[in-house]
Amino acid sequence: MEKQSSNRATQLIEGLGSSLRRCICLVLSVGPVPKHIAFIMDGNRRYAKKQNLEEGAGHRFGFRALMNILKYCYELGVKYVTIYAFSIDNFKRRPEEVQSTMQLIQEKIEGLIEKESIVNRYGVRVHFCGNLKLLSEPVKLAAEKAMNATACNSKAVLSICIAYTSTDEIVHAVEEACKEKRDEFRALNKSGAGYGLTGLGGNATDRNGPLIDTADVEKHMYMAVAPDPDIIIRTSGETRLSNFLLWQSSSSLLYSPRVLWPDIGFWRLVRAVLDFQRNFAYLEKKRKES
Amino acid sequence: MSEESATIGKGLPEVLSAQLMPKHVAFIADGNRRWANERGLPAELGHCAGKRALVELTFLSRKWGIKVVSIFAFSTENWKRPKEDVSSMMCLFQELQDFDRYGTRISCIGDRSRLPECLREVINSLEEKTKCNNGLHLIFAINYSGRFDILQATRRIAGKVRDGKLVGHEDEIDENVMDEELQTNCAEFPCPDLVIRTSGEQRLSNFMLWQLAYSELFFSHKNFPDFKEQDYVEALVWFQRRNRRFGGP
Repeated sequence: MEKQSSNRATQLIEGLGSSLRRCICLVLSVGPVPKHIAFIMDGNRRYAKKQNLEEGAGHRFGFRALMNILKYCYELGVKYVTIYAFSIDNFKRRPEEVQSTMQLIQEKIEGLIEKESIVNRYGVRVHFCGNLKLLSEPVKLAAEKAMNATACNSKAVLSICIAYTSTDEIVHAVEEACKEKRDEFRALNKSGAGYGLTGLGGNATDRNGPLIDTADVEKHMYMAVAPDPDIIIRTSGETRLSNFLLWQSSSSLLYSPRVLWPDIGFWRLVRAVLDFQRNFAYLEKKRKES
Repeated sequence: MSEESATIGKGLPEVLSAQLMPKHVAFIADGNRRWANERGLPAELGHCAGKRALVELTFLSRKWGIKVVSIFAFSTENWKRPKEDVSSMMCLFQELQDFDRYGTRISCIGDRSRLPECLREVINSLEEKTKCNNGLHLIFAINYSGRFDILQATRRIAGKVRDGKLVGHEDEIDENVMDEELQTNCAEFPCPDLVIRTSGEQRLSNFMLWQLAYSELFFSHKNFPDFKEQDYVEALVWFQRRNRRFGGP
């Protein structure tokens, strides 16, 4: 009997919380809503230490926080969300830690495509962005399965950066751009139409103009699936990008609340969006003046 | 300890540790115009005040043993700014001739092709004059952007691929190859350990992007002309408290 009324009370509180959130989202959406928010989910291990939990448990709490944050973002109307799930640098951690993290990631990827999952509820298409060759076979397969299963979703996009660093992404894009131009050049030469072309470049001001431009490089980025982030949020008070979205972050608002990732809640997101809206007006003014 | 490092150690505020000093500090020197507007002064005076702040910060950096200081003065995106910005640049570079006395090396990064001829000449001659100095290395980012730097490196790499110097094979193009072709390659420590942005804006505004992968980012609400020694010390104390893990354990 007591358990029943306690459950009812919890449901009531959750219902009230959800209604309050929806009201606040309505108010926020009167102003500009960011199209794309990216998260560096820092602080799971510190959280586990603080709570005297076993190692690895912090990541499970972190995952719960992630699901909530995704829900809040999609309720607010943010179309693109990107998360820094696992950096190439993280492979330097202790093998046991890397393995248990990878196991958790695989488990959660498989959970993503279940019927009741958040991606189906909100029509989210999932992309895995990074050097996926570095992943173990089971994780890679799970990722590919999730991408295929959600390929027809079109309401929102979740980009999961895994086995990712921005410098690796840029090098990969540069390689692809160079290969593409080299192949184009060879094809033109073969057909005799290469006469007059100075080549692939080398100076910014070649006679025929620069032959590799921003678009040539950008289209080969793993993150070409989303526009540049409006806001990058890193929790735990650290203010560095740690090799995340360097190319894409050039105009992003950087927000670094002190809270550890598992403790992040709706109000931090509201604060970030309010900062964005305040800056938006100022940036628009600057853009018009220039 | 060498004579030089003994002198440097003496000038360091007590709150700072010599072992934890950053090798390279970068400034996004924002807020000269805002400083002038707040005082009802013309923008030119804001740039003058910014110049004074720059001279002081350079002097302090040299005193405290920082090896490289870079300043984001003028981005490719700001190019539509009025003529007064160009003439204050000219004044700044004329004054910087003086820095040669202190063994300061001065370099410029950015797309010089779009700068006026007179400014280009002054910059080129200052770089030439100071290139063998081995004191503080001062790098000015003028008409520069992080994306421009990556793109010009890409074009140079593409040129090497064309000339057969790089096969274009996966193993040949890596992060070291990119590092060598970026314009910051002129510096002994090309990647800033600490970036200080003034005027309260919390964004990179297309400053160095590749090079800031692991930089600690410090945002100050003060406009650049108001950023004084105590603010610099505060930023350095904050930096020295950081736990820099570089993604590892």
